Amino acid sequence: MTKKQKKALIRIIIAVALVGLISLLPVKGYIRFALFMVPYLVIGYDILRKAVKGIMNRQVFDENFLMAVATIGAIALGDYTEGVAVMIFYQIGELFQSYAVGKSRRNISELMDIRPDYANVEGENGELEQVDPDEVEIGKVIVVQPGEKVPIDGVIIEGKSTLNTSALTGESLPREAEAGDEIVSGCINMTGVLRIRTTKEFGESTVSKILDMVENASSRKSRSENFISKFAHYYTPIVCYCAAALAVLPPLVSILFLHIAPDWGEWIFRALTFLVISCPCALVISIPLSFFAGIGGASRSGVLVKGSNYMETLAQTSCVVFDKTGTLTQGVFAVSSIYPEGMSEDQLLEYAALAESYSSHPISRSLQKAYGKAIDKNRIADVEEISGNGVKAAIDGKEVSVGNDKLMKKLGVSYKELNEVGTVVYVAVDQTFAGSILISDQPKPTAAAAIKALKKAGIRKTVMLTGDRKNVAEHVAKELGLSEYYAELLPADKVSGVEKLLSEQGKKEKLAFVGDGINDAPVLSRADIGIAMGAMGSDAAIEAADIVLMDDDPMKIAKAIKIARKCIRIVYENIYFAIGIKVICLILGALGIANMWAAIFADVGVMVIAVLNAIRALSVKRL
Amino acid sequence: MKKTYKIEVDCANCANKMEEAAKATDGVKDAVVNFMTLKMSVEFEEGSEPKAVMQDVLKNCKKVEDDCEIFL
Repeated sequence: MTKKQKKALIRIIIAVALVGLISLLPVKGYIRFALFMVPYLVIGYDILRKAVKGIMNRQVFDENFLMAVATIGAIALGDYTEGVAVMIFYQIGELFQSYAVGKSRRNISELMDIRPDYANVEGENGELEQVDPDEVEIGKVIVVQPGEKVPIDGVIIEGKSTLNTSALTGESLPREAEAGDEIVSGCINMTGVLRIRTTKEFGESTVSKILDMVENASSRKSRSENFISKFAHYYTPIVCYCAAALAVLPPLVSILFLHIAPDWGEWIFRALTFLVISCPCALVISIPLSFFAGIGGASRSGVLVKGSNYMETLAQTSCVVFDKTGTLTQGVFAVSSIYPEGMSEDQLLEYAALAESYSSHPISRSLQKAYGKAIDKNRIADVEEISGNGVKAAIDGKEVSVGNDKLMKKLGVSYKELNEVGTVVYVAVDQTFAGSILISDQPKPTAAAAIKALKKAGIRKTVMLTGDRKNVAEHVAKELGLSEYYAELLPADKVSGVEKLLSEQGKKEKLAFVGDGINDAPVLSRADIGIAMGAMGSDAAIEAADIVLMDDDPMKIAKAIKIARKCIRIVYENIYFAIGIKVICLILGALGIANMWAAIFADVGVMVIAVLNAIRALSVKRL
Repeated sequence: MKKTYKIEVDCANCANKMEEAAKATDGVKDAVVNFMTLKMSVEFEEGSEPKAVMQDVLKNCKKVEDDCEIFL
């Protein structure tokens, strides 16, 4: 509890004790009134002061004013206990609200506690010195010991360790890192000591950017939040006028039309009850809190949402458009199948890898990678590059030619044509066809499951846009189960493609574009909502997108949509619940059925329930 | 120019009122109060002096909600 809260608690206890004591005393009339004024002022002096100040500053219709009028009214009607009790309960409610909000604020901040407190810098004699990460310059060497957070982005220059990236990506599987690897801040070093040369300042490091983004996210207000602000703006004055009407009109009607004695006391009391019920705080607090908790929960699972408004849009998404390369596929070429002719697969691969070993072409690199062994350059001689066609080399004395179909034709080798999607490498040994190797961009392991999960989550349309050839696109789209694809697009075509899809959307349906953020920034910003993936350490993606997936797992898209939907559901629950209960209580209060105690529940109880409901948005593990 | 200030305020509705008050202050182009993180970010008009403007912002906020604080 803070000092302020403690003070409020002490005041409440004193006031309750005094009221109990005075109720037991056999006093009447003015003395009783004077005695009750003591606990009333103890508990309510600040409310009264604020109410007076509010009137002087022309801010008449605030809560303090409502409470002051309600309690003074009750006291004026001779109901001293009720007047003081209402004030006490109001203060208890305020205390609880302040405590609950403070606590959830702390809970959420703790959850996102990835801010490193210090960096270890090596002194002249090799001893470690803890410094503020802000003070570490680019290019300095920092030391991260096991159990510590990596404070600044950099490159490992010495050491080997396992990193826990779960705070950044939500991925619990640890990641291996060794000298030469880039390392992003926010990871936790688990096993070995690492020496890191920083490549960025602390303020520009991943961890700072993420924190900055998440903290500022709730500043971009959603439509629901704006609605509530507006609602509160009109609501309080309307309720006040209603209360005034309730106090004055029924008695006047009794006098003028029914010709019976008016019960002024009863109607004024009902009007006061009405005022107490009306406080809009439950709504005003629970909506931003729900968004804050939802964004916090999302960032915990590696989904960074840049604003509450994007949560809303994401929840309404009905069409997801993907970029192909790097998003649905791995974006790297790899050997996907080997078709040998008269020799083993390994042998064919060995020949191809050796012959291509002098080239740095992506095709050659993927062959080396599939081969996986060190190349013995002594076995290779007479390498001859045949431009646009392939290479010819002597390996172990045999003449090996590796290249495309044109090379085979040129050499006059009769080859078996391979009609599969991807790049085909043909191999001939001593002028005889030895087989072919298919190299293609592989879909990500989770891509098909991700599309399925999206469909299950009710996404109507999944579309793939790619600059790749049509047969490649068709193959991938079929394999992953996408509903539409557009191939052979230039970057500008992607924008117009998204625009076309946007125009086909219904009014309440939103379109999300998922890309890797590197060269699709215009599309990311044109779509209703731009999602960039694989953002660990990529500033461009973080800048361009509305939602950032820290790792490059497409499964996270469905998860992000589910998180957003849960959050929005809670927001609406709170809106309906709070307004509903208030309206019911207002009616009951006007009819004289709900007394002051029910009014207090409608004010404080609803607020507490709404706050507790809002906190639910934080748990996203099982979505 | 945009600057962020730490604030203290007790209720969400009061935070909204502070935002309105800050927005209405001369020299402020836009202001957003974030009740959850207790921060106010203010975008200043071209050529205005943030320090002087913030004094006015504080004064206006105090008018609508006596019990608030902006840490300048």
